[in-house]
Order: sequence, then structure tokens, then C-alpha cells
Amino acid sequence: MSLLSIKNLHVTVDGNDILKGINLDINSGEIHAIMGPNGSGKSTLSYVLAGKEGYEVTEGEIIFNGKNILELSPEDRAREGIFLAFQYPVEIPGVNNIQFLRTALNSIRQYKGLEPIEASDFLKLVKEKQKDLDLPANLINRSLNDGFSGGEKKKNEIFQLSVLNPLLAVLDETDSGLDIDALKIVAQGVNRYHNKDNAVLVITHYQRLLEYIVPDYVHILYKGKIIKSGDKTLALELEKSGYEAFKVEI
Amino acid sequence: MANEIIKEQINKEYEWGWSFDIEAETAPKGLNEEIIRFISYKKNEPDWLLDFRLKAFRYWKEMSHPNWAHLKFEIPHFQDIIYYAAPKKKNISSLDEVDPEILKMFERLGIPLEEQKILAGVTPNIAIDAVLDSVSVKTTFREVLAEKGIIFCSFSEAVQNHPDLVKKYLGSVVPYTDNFYAALNSAVFSDGSFCYIPKGVRCPMELSTYFRINTAGTGQFERTLIIADEESYVSYLEGCTAPRRDENQLHAAVVEIVAHRNAEVKYSTVQNWYPGDKEGKGGVFNFVTKRGICLEDNSKISWTQVETGSAITWKYPSVILKGNNSVGEFYSIALTNNYQQADTGTKMIHIGKNTRSTIVSKGIAAGFSENNYRGLVQIRKGASNARNYTQCDSLLLSDKCGAHTFPYIEVKDTTAIVEHEATTGKISEEQLFYCQQRGIDKEKAVSIIVNGYCKDILNKLPMEFAVEAQKLLEISLEGSVG
Repeated sequence: MSLLSIKNLHVTVDGNDILKGINLDINSGEIHAIMGPNGSGKSTLSYVLAGKEGYEVTEGEIIFNGKNILELSPEDRAREGIFLAFQYPVEIPGVNNIQFLRTALNSIRQYKGLEPIEASDFLKLVKEKQKDLDLPANLINRSLNDGFSGGEKKKNEIFQLSVLNPLLAVLDETDSGLDIDALKIVAQGVNRYHNKDNAVLVITHYQRLLEYIVPDYVHILYKGKIIKSGDKTLALELEKSGYEAFKVEI
Repeated sequence: MANEIIKEQINKEYEWGWSFDIEAETAPKGLNEEIIRFISYKKNEPDWLLDFRLKAFRYWKEMSHPNWAHLKFEIPHFQDIIYYAAPKKKNISSLDEVDPEILKMFERLGIPLEEQKILAGVTPNIAIDAVLDSVSVKTTFREVLAEKGIIFCSFSEAVQNHPDLVKKYLGSVVPYTDNFYAALNSAVFSDGSFCYIPKGVRCPMELSTYFRINTAGTGQFERTLIIADEESYVSYLEGCTAPRRDENQLHAAVVEIVAHRNAEVKYSTVQNWYPGDKEGKGGVFNFVTKRGICLEDNSKISWTQVETGSAITWKYPSVILKGNNSVGEFYSIALTNNYQQADTGTKMIHIGKNTRSTIVSKGIAAGFSENNYRGLVQIRKGASNARNYTQCDSLLLSDKCGAHTFPYIEVKDTTAIVEHEATTGKISEEQLFYCQQRGIDKEKAVSIIVNGYCKDILNKLPMEFAVEAQKLLEISLEGSVG
């Protein structure tokens, strides 16, 4: 059974058809990449998975870990194990970065019937992950994304990912706005997180990120449909010839 | 199961809504000179104090109720209020013994009145004066404080034991002619806290007054007087709760602070009077006059308030900056939900040279509530190089609530620098979704964001109070998310 199974998914936003029949199966242990030009529906797909308001599913289904998640609230989807690394992480002034993460972790634990994490265990976990991602120590005491540089914000997303350790990580253009050093660190973070029990869905414009996070499958999304799927060589091909070349295959 | 959860939520709305069955001795309803004489007699007061009360009462009778605030309410029926309620003493052999029922009540409120609970050898960090209805029932750690010459006791005791100090300072910051409710309070106040910090003494612990209304139909009119003598320092806390009752209860207190040369007073309030029910029925009218005077040079008075309770909050903790180089501060969080109303802010009156004041106000409105900031910054002639910075932020959590800002700035000295910043905002859908995507439900997300919004002010509170205030904000926001 797949971890994530999307069947014939149709989505409208403000009455416009954005996704027009997506089919996608992701198994545990796999890394998938979705590539596509601007406006192809990449971000819409990530928001629909996460349950954002305003994205109306008119047809199809999303089964995650055996559950139909379309009926679940955004928080319950997160608690079931769907994590979205945002393209534009939101700033929340005055909210301590680490306190926030602890609240998030404990909300997820509570949903699973687990006790809140011990403060000392949490600190240990945080320290370990912070080191892995080369995050400055003071980031811990700063407000959530408030005044963070673009790179820090993206790193912080992966930091949250590694602490929350979900079943599925959806990375929405995590590479945008990153310099090559930061890109490597972020990719390392994702690779360190990834194991046979979880899956990664990378959404990106460029092949660059996929040199560091190597996908098992690459899908090309175009005008709300997956028009071609293949292995990692597809990304290279795409990089060479551009989206135009694939359009004719439709 | 669902019922259980709903029940739990409803009970959580106002956790302090219960009342204890404590037998009280009360005065008959209504207000006249007889009642005032009765209160004064009950308290065995000297003539000058009775005289002060009667003058205030006669002045009050001629006054009309003020109507300038941006508030809608029915003027209290002053003849329907009980002006004096004191818990009856039973089987008490010494004055220090407190009715076990009262101890139990304060214990349930989380206010420890038994000193022995503090571990031996450890300096306590807080001393408490507990005021129930009209009288102070217990002041803790008095002896520890007395060693340093600090006087911390109920107002009634101060009248008996330190009449000269009371006589000198009572009404010196808030005269009975000041306003309608200050006049009323001056006539009928029954108790409160008194605090004197002698020259050169830093008070070693937080001093705290805890107010509790228990008896139905009573008003609470307490009087607090804090005097910080030269080079002294004190941090003072005030907390309050009341039972859930259908009628509006009136709380009209007066707080006066005097800071002498180089003295500093920090006054923190966490106000959590019963706010009324979801339809706006009942709740406390919190009409309070709070004012401090930086009487001499280099003194400082700082007000920090977290106002989450009361049907109506109407108050302007203020500072008169008379001494040169004196400093006044006002940090405020006012949160209104359902049908609550608040018209609150401050007055900073600059008289001395090089005086500085800072005002930071955060208003949060939810439900159908009305949240107003009203503040006066006055730079008098001769207050050269006076400096004020004001920041007023409003956060709207629903589309049925209101937030208004009424800043008054009067500058009579050309060397003054006065700054005013104001913002109005909402919690964005993006912020909420971000929190939800991390597994945090909407209601919790709102409270996290609001707490973050208020963080600068919560940081001004003493540690224990900051934690309590944070929880209060959370509870007060319950049901504010659609």
C-alpha cells in the first residue's frame, strides 16, 4: 500500500480549474520530484495536501497512510504526518522559535496519545538538529522567522522537519532564494531525515536541487496535469530542452 | 464524550466564577451619611478620616455621572449597592487567626496565605495582602518586612497604627474632587493595602494585593496607598477575581503612589474580574483611578497592566512627573472578548525638567467587544526637554468588534519631543495556516500569536505573573475563533 495515493484529483481556486486530474502514488522510502513551469499548479498541489482553505477539491481523492485526508483539518493532517516546508515561511513576531516548535511537537504527540516530551529530551533533540543544519545558536531564542534572512527561513523549515520527523515531507520550492552553500546544507538535512519509513516530495523549478536530493521519480506537471513521469534522468532532459519540448507530447 | 468536552470548555471560560459560603456582616443597601458613619465606626476611625469621607460624599452628591467615555452601559444604581461587607469572625482567639473557610477559598484561588508553607531558610519572593469584599483578611510576611522597616498592611490597620503617614498622603495624588468614582471611593472605601518603604531600602520581595469579591450585591471600593521614600525600591502586584453573577458588580478603587527622590515603584496588575457571560450579562464594572506622582528628582513610576476581565474596564493609570529627570512608564495589554468594553490608557503629566515617559499599549478585541485606548500626554510650560514616546497597537480578531484610539497631546514647551505611533492589524490567514500545518489547532494558534504580540509587555511583568498572564490571555480568547 502506498503512503500517499492521489487519484484523479481536480482542484479549483476562486472558480478556476487549477489541477485537472492528478494521479500520483508515493511509497515509503521514496523521493519524488515534481517539476513544472510557473502556474502549472505545483504550489496548489502542496496546499491541497496540507488542507489550506480556499482550495476546493471537486473530484478525486487523497489517501494518506490509509486515511482519506480530505475530511481532515489542516492540523490533523499535520498530526497524521504530512509536513509542508513552505516556499515563504511566515513571520510570527514575539513567538519564540523553539517554544513554537515544542508546542507543535507536543500537539502532534498528544494526537498520537503520547505524553508531552520532557524538557531535557527536547533540548537535546533541538541541539542535535541545530548542529546538523549549522543553525546559529541564537536562532533558538529569536522570534519565529522574524527578521530571518531568506536562507535562515528555509533552514528553519528543514530544522522543524527534522525535529517533527513526519511521514511525508513536501518541500515547496525550498531551493528558491538559497545560495549554493545553504542549498547543500538544506539538502543534507533532508537526506539525513529521509529513511525507508518516510517519503519526500520535492517541488521545484530547477534540476539543481535534485543533484543533492536525488529523486527516485520525477514528474512533470503542466497546466494541472502530470504529463510525463520518469526517473532522475527526466530532470536532466528537462533542464536541457525546457518545458516547451514536453508540451508537444500532450 | 462530546458533551464532556463542551462542559469542560464552558467551565473553563471563567475558572474563578464560584463563590464560597462565607458568612458576611453587611451594611444595609444604599448610600447616605449614616452608612458612611457606620463604615467609619466599624473601622474605629479617627475623626479626620470620617471628615474626609463626609466631605467626599457631599462633593460626590453634587456631581453628575461622566459620559465622555466610549462605553455603553447603564449607570449603576448607587442606592442598590451594599457598601460594606466583612466576613464574620467565628471562634477566633487571636487577631492573626483567619477563618479556615477563607483560607480554603484563597487556597483554591492559588493564593497561599499560610506562611509556614514556605520552606524554612528560603527567603520568600512574595508577600500578600488578601482583600475579601470590603476588608483585608490577611497580610503575610509582615514580620520579615518589618525588620527592614517596611510597612505592609491593610489600609485599616495603617489608619490605626500609622495615622500620620496616612493623613499626610491620603488624597495627595488623587484628591476626592478628582472625578466621580474617586469621590465615591473616598466616601465609602472600606479597606485596601498600605505600603511604606523607608529611605534607602530595596524591598526584598514582591508585594502583592489580591482582591476577591465574594458576597453578592456588594461593591468593592478599596484604597491603596504606596509611599516610596528616598532611594527606595518596590515592586507591587495586584490580582483580582470575582464569582460569576448575573448582575453587574461595581469595583471603584483608588490607588495612589508617591515616589520621593531617587525612588522607584513598579506596579503590575493582572485584572481578571468576572467579564460577564457570552451574551454580555453580568460582569464587573471596573472603574478605577490609579495615579502616581514622581514627587522629587530622579524618581520613577512604572505601570504594567494586563486587563482581561470585567464587563467594562475604565481606567487610566497615570504619572505626574513633577521631579526633574523623573520617569513615567505605562505598559498595557487590554483584551476584550464577547461583549466586554474597555476604555483605558494613561496620562503622563510632565512638569519637571528632563522628564521622560513611555507608553506602550496593546489592545486586542474579539467577539463583539469594544476596545479603546485613550491617553493624554501633557507637557507643561517649563518642563524643558521633556520626552514622550507612545506606541498604540490594536489587533482585531473578529469583524464585529471595534478598536479606537483617542490620543490627546498638549505641548506647552517648545523643547519637548513627543512621538506617537499607532497600528491596527488582524491575524493573517497565512499565520494561522502555518501554525495549523505544524499540528497546532486554530484556537491555540490564535493564543500563541496574541501572546507573541504582547510579548514586550509580558516581559515587563515579574516572572510568576507573566506565566499567569499568559494563561489568562489564552483562556480569555477561548471561543473567539469561528
